[in-house]
Amino acid sequence: MTSWHMRILFGVGGSDDSLRALERTIERASEAGDDLTVAILEEGGTDRTVDDVEADVRDALDAGGVEADIRFVEGDPGSKLVDVAESEGFDRIALSGGTTSPMGKIQLGSTAEFVLLNSHVSVSLIR
Amino acid sequence: MSRDRRFPDEVAGPFEGPPRRFEDREGREIEIRAHDGSEREYEALAAMYDEFDPADRAQGIPPSDERRIREWLDNVFCDACLNVVAWNGDTAAGHATLVPDDDAHELAIFVLQEYQEAGIGTHLMEALLGHGVESGVEKVWLTVERWNQPAVGLYKKIGFEICDTESFEMEMAIRLTDGSDEGG
Repeated sequence: MTSWHMRILFGVGGSDDSLRALERTIERASEAGDDLTVAILEEGGTDRTVDDVEADVRDALDAGGVEADIRFVEGDPGSKLVDVAESEGFDRIALSGGTTSPMGKIQLGSTAEFVLLNSHVSVSLIR
Repeated sequence: MSRDRRFPDEVAGPFEGPPRRFEDREGREIEIRAHDGSEREYEALAAMYDEFDPADRAQGIPPSDERRIREWLDNVFCDACLNVVAWNGDTAAGHATLVPDDDAHELAIFVLQEYQEAGIGTHLMEALLGHGVESGVEKVWLTVERWNQPAVGLYKKIGFEICDTESFEMEMAIRLTDGSDEGG
C-alpha cells in the first residue's frame, strides 16, 4: 500500500496549550511524512507577540526535524484558518483542543469552536 | 486563561457547613463530612469515580481510567482546595470540590448514579459553600452544559446566577461574602 501524505494546516496562537499541540503535530508529521503548514494566528488572551510565537514555532520545528511553511494570518483567527484551508486545498486543519480549567475541565476556545462548526475540511483537535 | 468574570453583587446563603446528617429520599442515612485527607477517604472516592457512569461526565471529568482519576483527585486535593464527601456508611456517594482560581474558586459536584435524585446534591452544595465561607472563600463559579437543566435548576436554587452564555458551556457564579473583611 502506498502511504498518503496529508497536507495539514496547523493554527497556533500564543498559548502554552497551542505550542504543546504543535509539538504533537510535528511528531506526527515527522512519522507520517505529512506536509505541514503552520499558520500563526492573532489570538487574544496572551502577552506574546507574533514574533515570539514565530520564534517558538521555529524552535519546535527544528527540534522535531520537520520543515514547514510558516504563515502569518491576520484578522479573526477561526474564520481565516477555515478560509485558508478551504481555498488552498488542505486535507486537514489541526489546532489545540482547548485549555483546562483549574478544576481540570476541558474548555473549548472560541477559535476551536468556530473551526469545528464551520470547516468543511476535517479538523483535528490536539490534546 | 484569565477572563473577566462577573459575579452577583448580592451575597447568597447563609450556608451551613459540614458535618451534616440526614436521611435521603430513598431512606438512606447520609453524612456529609469535610475532606479529612485519609487514605480510606481517598480510596473510597477513587472507587466511586471508577464506578461513575461515563454519560454523566462533564468536560472530561471525572476521567474514565484509574490512573487519570487518581491524577485528577490529587489535583482537587491541593492544599488550598476545599472538599466535602457524602457518605453512606463506608461508601462515598457524592463529592463536591472547590479549586482556587485567582481571586475566586471553581466548583464541581458529582453524585454517584444510584444516589442521584435523592436530595444529596443540594446538601452537598450547601455544605461545600458553608465550608467555603468558613474558610474565607468570597466568590465561586462553575460551568455546566446548557442542556443539563436539572443541574442548572439546582445551582439556581442554591443562589448561582448565569453570568456567561457566550461560550460552549454556560458559566454560573455566586458571591459568598462581600469581601469587606479585606483591606478595611
